[in-house]
Amino acid sequence: MNTFEYAPAPESRAIVDIKPSYGLFVGGEFVDGHGRSFKTISPSTEEVLSEVAEADETDVDLAVKAARRAHSRVWGRMPGKERAKYLFRIARIIQERGRELAVLESIDNGKPIKETRDVDVPIAAAHFFYYAGWADKLKYSGHGTESLGVAGQVIPWNFPLLMLSWKIAPALACGNTVVLKPAETTPLTALLFAEICQQADLPPGVVNIITGAGDTGRTLVSHPDVDKVAFTGSTEVGRAIAKSVAGSDKRVTLELGGKAANIVFDDAPLDQAVEGIVNGIFFNQGHVCCAGSRLLVQESVADEVLGRLKRRMGTLRVGDPLDKNTDVGAINSAEQLAKIRRLSQIGEQEGAERWSAPCDLPDHGFWFPPTVFTGVTQAHRIAREEIFGPVLSVLTFRTPGEAVEKANNTPYGLSAGVWTEKGSRILKVANALRAGVVWANTFNKFDPTSPFGGYKESGYGREGGRHGLEAYLR
Amino acid sequence: MNTASTRIDVRKTYKLFIGGGFPRSESGHSYVVSDVRGRFVANAALASRKDARDAVAAARKAFPGWSGRTAYNRGQVVYRIAEVMEDRRPQFVEALRQGEGRTPAAAGKVLDESIDRLVWYAGWADKLTQVVGNANPVAGPFFNLSTPEPTGVVAVLAPQGSSLLGLVSVVAPVIVAGDTVVVAASTERPLPAVTFAEVLATSDVPGGVVNILTGSLDRTAPTLASHMDVNALDLTGLAGDPEQATELEIQAAANLKRVRRAPAAEPDWSVEPGLDRMTDVLETKTVWHPIGV
Amino acid sequence: MTSTATPTAGPHDDPVEPGWADVTASESSLRRFLHGLPGVDQVGAEQRAAGLGTRSIKTTAKAFAIDLAIRMVDLTTLEGQDTRGKVKALSAKAMRPDPADPTCPPVAAVCVYPDMVAVAKEALGASEVHVASVATAFPSGRAAMDVKLADTRDAVAAGADEVDMVIDRGAFLAGHYLQVFEEIGAVREACAGEGGAAHLKVILETGELQTYDNVRRASWLAMMAGADFIKTSTGKVQPAATPPVTLVMLEAVRDYREQTGRMVGVKPAGGIRTSKDAIKYLVMVNEVAGPDWLEPDWFRFGASTLLNDLLMQRTRLATGRYSGPDYFTLD
Repeated sequence: MNTFEYAPAPESRAIVDIKPSYGLFVGGEFVDGHGRSFKTISPSTEEVLSEVAEADETDVDLAVKAARRAHSRVWGRMPGKERAKYLFRIARIIQERGRELAVLESIDNGKPIKETRDVDVPIAAAHFFYYAGWADKLKYSGHGTESLGVAGQVIPWNFPLLMLSWKIAPALACGNTVVLKPAETTPLTALLFAEICQQADLPPGVVNIITGAGDTGRTLVSHPDVDKVAFTGSTEVGRAIAKSVAGSDKRVTLELGGKAANIVFDDAPLDQAVEGIVNGIFFNQGHVCCAGSRLLVQESVADEVLGRLKRRMGTLRVGDPLDKNTDVGAINSAEQLAKIRRLSQIGEQEGAERWSAPCDLPDHGFWFPPTVFTGVTQAHRIAREEIFGPVLSVLTFRTPGEAVEKANNTPYGLSAGVWTEKGSRILKVANALRAGVVWANTFNKFDPTSPFGGYKESGYGREGGRHGLEAYLR
Repeated sequence: MNTASTRIDVRKTYKLFIGGGFPRSESGHSYVVSDVRGRFVANAALASRKDARDAVAAARKAFPGWSGRTAYNRGQVVYRIAEVMEDRRPQFVEALRQGEGRTPAAAGKVLDESIDRLVWYAGWADKLTQVVGNANPVAGPFFNLSTPEPTGVVAVLAPQGSSLLGLVSVVAPVIVAGDTVVVAASTERPLPAVTFAEVLATSDVPGGVVNILTGSLDRTAPTLASHMDVNALDLTGLAGDPEQATELEIQAAANLKRVRRAPAAEPDWSVEPGLDRMTDVLETKTVWHPIGV
Repeated sequence: MTSTATPTAGPHDDPVEPGWADVTASESSLRRFLHGLPGVDQVGAEQRAAGLGTRSIKTTAKAFAIDLAIRMVDLTTLEGQDTRGKVKALSAKAMRPDPADPTCPPVAAVCVYPDMVAVAKEALGASEVHVASVATAFPSGRAAMDVKLADTRDAVAAGADEVDMVIDRGAFLAGHYLQVFEEIGAVREACAGEGGAAHLKVILETGELQTYDNVRRASWLAMMAGADFIKTSTGKVQPAATPPVTLVMLEAVRDYREQTGRMVGVKPAGGIRTSKDAIKYLVMVNEVAGPDWLEPDWFRFGASTLLNDLLMQRTRLATGRYSGPDYFTLD
């Protein structure tokens, strides 16, 4: 009798209007590309959603030219207070069309509507609000007042709209124009954003959206008339970009991979720590560069924390991204799923113990159950490589020194978590961690006022806050 | 000429400065340093790839201690360098006269500026966090603070022309920020760097915080640029040599080093610097914590 | 808990929990134990509760939840102006909440002051609806111990099946945990009646405890002293029941069972007025304590106006029409 089955609670798709095909958004208009096109699918159903143009060299060049023109003729000269109003307009439209964006993001990306509705879209709008206010106050920023020119921006598929806002909002506020390439598996919200730019009467060429895959991105960042490159994605691609811009005058910011340690001390608020662990690695299917993918738990509470964690994982609801009760959605692509499976197999082969929450996975689409590996050591590949999926590696430690040493023992340095009720320990450990963001007694929190970015091979530059202006000013 | 009454110079062979000590190059090689007119001045150690690696290891070893000191203390230590430099005026003036061909008066002025530069940077140590840090008003019950932290081991190719003021201007910001440094001195004009090393050794700078290599950049620079335990690379010393600078920047991408590119020409070092040489070797760390009871 | 003693589970109706002798041997050992429980981070707990509140419960799930919520209601009247007539009417409604619909289940209990227990008992007769009585100088708990015990005995003697006692918050906040522990134990003994012991609900009055750490400690203290239920509030102090407070209490009963094997019930009381709110609590019960607690024996709502909203929603689900307050009785 006491089985409380939640009936399906699907968000309606009716609000979104996905066109059968999309061109490129260049100079304020949608234009046909000169290259091929590719399909974007829904990762939860494998249904083809639309056909999207793949920008070739000519297209990239046209987009950069449009951006250059807009910069030199309009946007670069426009008083900050006027630029600000466009950004405020965009922010408002994102809020007004929030449900549409959330549903579309959920369909194209596979992430739960709960997250697009409560995280991606509101924070995207907040970024535009935040940077809108900076546009006419740059002289107080400490980073100069002059725009750089044209920004070539390449963003990943894990937070398509949110990453777009992290890139476009500060660039525009500082007077730059942009050519942005969304990821090939998640172009749709960026294309909807292009419509929003039209709706806001943003001058043509200030924002250009070109779709495509790796080749398009490479062409964009190496285009000689691009003044600034901003990239979020893998360390491998980031490294290639760093090489390709060598010797140029291009300014670069890179926000790359991570293998964050989430350190739980024995005096932690355990129930909240378990929530933090879950949020750290299962939020957005673990497709998060700053995911807390390495749990470092103090040996004395390891069994208890794992017990609580597994119990909690048992309540995660995996399935239809559009169901309002879904906690974990679909893996973004077949390719990513294969990578997660491969690394998980390696984890087993290397002797770690694998446990997945019991859950029924849909027949179609790309799915991976929330999974935890115990008995992991620093030497295991699953403790060193970024899996970028819902897979947690658990390691133990005995002393604070050991925890810090293990946490820092990685080429990455994007984020870290610390859980303890002892204030002085938080400060000591937070100080010692070589990571750009440290969440103490919380995890995976984001805010437009808060700088985000990594140490070491997690990249350079900061996005968000006053610090985020530096990348777009001289 | 009565050779019996002529005193023969004691010709010096200067050594490297690594980990607070003065080793010879492990390769055993040295090279002749001449003055601007081509006359022999001294021998300097010709640093090898291995020396560059040893210097990186020494800098890494010194990093936790140096970055862990209070900013106030780092400022004091850098100020102390300036004090000790004052004590060695004649030696620096002589080195500048020989190496840069300056008159004693002009050399003295460059020395003054170099000392003043150290004093200027020393004062920054405990102000940087306030100027470039930030309390961030996030939309939620969280304390959120961004503070600068040193990025780690920094390799610096010092300017080729300005062998003292330029050297001080590229080293001081790095150590004030809490980083440790491996600096490749001007190849042709290494003696001010050698004297500077002697100053460092007799001041309060812990061993390994500053490591000075003399010799050819062809040997040391690629090692430093490609070294996976170097966090940042300053290519100032390659001003006007875009080809080599580009090559090193590509090598630096192996571990995503923060790279300060080479300028087209060596800058005017007498101008008051901005913050950028310090912020270039700083990371921003943002810490979140809930606010509750 | 790693730092705590593990008692053996005692029989359900033992007067006090037997396994805690070491812990409750002295004020200091009890303090060490309670302060050794894992802390509660306020922001994290509130965000977890809010997150659970976003569950969307529709159609069949909603129908299930509404009927379950009705069965969990302790229909309450605790006013100075209560009359015999009102208590009788309330009792009638408790047995047949929706006279128009015989499929509508009865509530769990009627909750009254001790002087109304006999009235309620008589009105409820042989029905399955329990009589719950507040006691121990409700709501403040500020009376001498013998007065509190007499209050309890009166209620039990008049036929109360359940006693809702209040703890001495003053003593708790002063750190006199042993005193609170012993008081609960004594009241528990006073609950012994002829037809078996009345079930003891211990009201923590969480609105006065101020912190979630205190809520967790008070929950454990009450459970160790033998509480059958832990209850948030008297309803006379604001804030009364809140989702995060209830979350912390649900975590406590979950952990307590894990450690001792004994299940303790949870009763949020005060401030829960809508079906939507009630359903959020049920989601929390389901996902935090677990489905075993989804029974009136283990979870109750202390409420008065909630029932009418549940009935309106129930009618809407059955008929497809939105109902209005005129169609349900006021009491």
